[in-house]
Amino acid sequence: MTITVSGNKKEVKDELTVAELIVLENVEMPEYTTVSVNEEFIQRGDHETHKLKEGDVVEFLYFMGGGRS
Amino acid sequence: MKIYLKKSDYEKILEYAVSELPNEACGLIAGIIRNDGEEEIRNIEKVYLLTNTDHSNEHFSLDPKEQLQSIKDMRENGLTPLGNWHSHPESPSRSSQEDIRLAFDKNANYLILSLMDRSNPVLNSFHVENGESTKEELIFID
Repeated sequence: MTITVSGNKKEVKDELTVAELIVLENVEMPEYTTVSVNEEFIQRGDHETHKLKEGDVVEFLYFMGGGRS
Repeated sequence: MKIYLKKSDYEKILEYAVSELPNEACGLIAGIIRNDGEEEIRNIEKVYLLTNTDHSNEHFSLDPKEQLQSIKDMRENGLTPLGNWHSHPESPSRSSQEDIRLAFDKNANYLILSLMDRSNPVLNSFHVENGESTKEELIFID
């Protein structure tokens, strides 16, 4: 099936999970990454079970923050 | 690397950061990357003003929803995400230990606006890699 990941179309296996995609995409610091599918945020606890569908649009949002200390 | 920032975009960041005082303000930067000989040139074409979800004068986190909308806008406008910016209301324009710890992207430009001296705000850009922060050449243009 074809999905869009970070703006690029990709061929992936059917029913690929978000967790599998994270590995496939070599996402650095997954613990600091928020995943959205079709603009819906996927809770970290659902990464293993959320299956992607044909035409899904996935974005990886890296945590951005900082502090004075 | 040289980074070019329009004065009007600098003013936009400054105005927003002042309006968010006493808290830190933050946002994203996007633009175009090109090469001039062997030197990389980054033109910041758009600055994004986001919500600091920490609502704190000591730390900041970008709002993921606004981050997503900003990324979409960058794509629609053919812009490349270049990094982020945040303000230091009461400290100098340099990366704190926490800024360095949470700077995960070595390709990003991290802009820090100091409002410590309100009559003399200072904006610098930093490259962060392997736990070290290095000041970059930031040039203001009309």
